Amino acid sequence: MSAAVHPLLRAKRRRNALRTLGFLSPWIIGFSVFFVYPLLSTVYFSFMHYNGINPPTWTGGKNWSYVFTDYPFFWPALRNTLWLVVVMVTLRVVFGLGIGLLITKIKTGAGFFRTAFYLPYLAPPVAATMAFVFLLNPGTGPVNHLLGDVGLPTPGWFTDPHWSKPALTVLAVWGIGDLMVIFMAALLDVPKEQYEAAELDGAGSWQRFRFVTLPNISPIVMFAVVTGVIQTMQYYTQPLVAGKVASGVIGNSGQQFEPGYPDKSTLTLPQLVYSQGFQHFDYGSACVIALVLFVLSMAFTALLMRRRSGFLSAED
Amino acid sequence: MTQATLARNTPARGAAPGADARARRSLRRRRTLHWIGVHALGIAAAAFFILPFVFVLLTALMSDNQALTRDLWPHPFQWSNFSTVWHTPGFLTWWRNTLLYAVGGTVLTVVSSLPVAYALAKFRFRGRNLVMVLVISTMMLPPQVVIIPMYLFWTKQMGMDGTLWPLIIPMAFGDAFTIFLLRQFLLTIPKEYTEAAKVDGCGELRTLVTVIVPMIRPAIAAVALFQFFYCWNDYFGPQIYASSNPAAWTLSYGLESFKGAHHTNWNLTMAATVLVMAPVIVVFFFAQKAFIEGVTLTGVKG
Repeated sequence: MSAAVHPLLRAKRRRNALRTLGFLSPWIIGFSVFFVYPLLSTVYFSFMHYNGINPPTWTGGKNWSYVFTDYPFFWPALRNTLWLVVVMVTLRVVFGLGIGLLITKIKTGAGFFRTAFYLPYLAPPVAATMAFVFLLNPGTGPVNHLLGDVGLPTPGWFTDPHWSKPALTVLAVWGIGDLMVIFMAALLDVPKEQYEAAELDGAGSWQRFRFVTLPNISPIVMFAVVTGVIQTMQYYTQPLVAGKVASGVIGNSGQQFEPGYPDKSTLTLPQLVYSQGFQHFDYGSACVIALVLFVLSMAFTALLMRRRSGFLSAED
Repeated sequence: MTQATLARNTPARGAAPGADARARRSLRRRRTLHWIGVHALGIAAAAFFILPFVFVLLTALMSDNQALTRDLWPHPFQWSNFSTVWHTPGFLTWWRNTLLYAVGGTVLTVVSSLPVAYALAKFRFRGRNLVMVLVISTMMLPPQVVIIPMYLFWTKQMGMDGTLWPLIIPMAFGDAFTIFLLRQFLLTIPKEYTEAAKVDGCGELRTLVTVIVPMIRPAIAAVALFQFFYCWNDYFGPQIYASSNPAAWTLSYGLESFKGAHHTNWNLTMAATVLVMAPVIVVFFFAQKAFIEGVTLTGVKG
C-alpha cells in the first residue's frame, strides 16, 4: 500500500503528522519532563542511599526491606488507609446517594438546598480542616457542648487515636457536594417509564429503589467507589493539618511536626513520602513509599478505565 | 376472616361518588405528608451542611475569651478581628502570592491544554488512544509520587527553592484533568463546524481560536474554575517549595501558621479561616451558572 502512495498524498500526510505533533507538543514536553523522567528517577533513587548532600550511593534493596519490615510507620499508614476506604468511602457514597435522592425529591426551594449541600465541598481543605478542629475541639468546641447538653458522650475527636479517623470522616461527609452532583445527574437520567411500570406492578418505594434506581445508576456508584478509593490512598492535606493543629505543634518554621498525631492514627502514605523525604532527608525510602503509592493508584485507575470505556471512545 | 374482608370492602364499593372524593383526599394528604417529610429531611441535612459555616463566622466575631466559652452568640460583635487578621504581617503577601499562583496557573493551564484536547478530539492519528490512556493515568496520580526528583530538579538545578515558580511553570505544559475535560466537551461539537471553517480556508489553529473557542466558552469557564480552585486550595505544593521563605507562602499554607502565632486565639484563627474561604465562595456565586453547566456537561458525556 505504501509503495503506491502518490507523492502529494505523502506530503500531506507528513504535514498532518507535523500538525498533530505541534498541537500535542505542550503535553509531550510536560509528560516527559514532569512525569516520565521523575518517575524513572524515583525508581533509581529507591535503590540509592541519598540525603541530598552526599552523592547517592547504591544500596540495592535495602530501602525496600527497610520500608516493609523496620520502618515503624508504613503498616500503620496502610491500615489507616484501609480503615478509611472501608468506612469513609462507604459513608460518603451512601450519604452522597442519599442527598442526591433527596434533592431530586425536593420541590420547594430546590435552588437553596442544592447550594447549601454543595457549598462545603468548595471550602478550601486547610480552612475546612481548621474549622472542624475548632468545632470538634474536646474542651471548648461547640459540638461537644451540644453533645454534653443532651447527655451524649463527648469524645476527644482529633486528640483521641480512636476518634481521629471518625472525626476525619465527619469532615469528609460534610464535603460531599461532588458526589451529590454526580448522583443527581444520574438519578435524573433514569427513564421515567421504568418507574411507572414498576408502580403498575405494585412495587413499593423501596422496591422501586432496589429494582429500578439501583440497577440504572450502578455504573455511577462503581465510579464513585473507585475514585473514592483512589482519593483515599492519596489523602494528605486534611489528616496532616488536623494532626498539626490538634496537637498544637506547628511545624511551618522552627518546631517539627511528626505526622500521624495522635499516635499514628492519621498517618497516610503521602504523608510518609513527605516525612521521610523532607523531614528525615532519607530520599531513598521516600521513593520506595512513592512507588508503592504509584502502583496502588495505577491499579485502581486501570480498574476505573476498564469499567468506564466511555473515557476513551471518540466520535468515530 | 373472609367475613371481615367483605365487611370492610362493602361500604367502599357501595357509596361510589363519596369514595372517589375520599380517595382523592387521601391521595392529597399522602402527597402533603410526603412533601413535609422530604422537606423536613432537607432542612435537617441543610443544617448539617450550613451550621459549621455559621459557627465559624460567629466565633470569628467573638472576643478571644468569649470564643472559649459555651456562648454561641457574640456579644459584643468584635468586627475588628477581621482587620486584625488583615493587618497581620504577611497576610497581604500571602494573598498576593495566592492570586498570582491561581490566576497565572489557570491561564497557563487553559492555553496549553486546549490545543492538546483539540488534537485528541478532532485529529485522527496513530497512538491517539495510547495518549488518552496516558493522560487519564496521570490525571489520577498524586503529586507525591514524583516529588523527590522534581524537588531536586527545581531546587538544585534551577535554584528556585523558596518560590512558587516550580508550581506555576509546569502548568504551561498542559494539565491532564483539563485536557481530559476539554476533550470530552470537544467531542460533542459536530464535525461540520470544523469542516466548514476548513472550506473557508482556515488553518486548524485559526479554526480552534476563531470557531471552536467561542463555542465552548462554558467548558473553558468550567475548567478554568476547577483549576483556579485547585491552585487556591493547594497545600502540598507551597509546603514543598515555598516553606523556607515566608514571603512566598500562599493563604492555604500560611493559614496554618496563623494558628501557631495566635495560640488559643480561636476567634482570630476563625476570622482568618473566613477570609480564606470567602473568595472561593464569592467566585462560586458569580460563576455558578458556568460551573453547573460545566458539571452537567461532564455528566452527559462522561
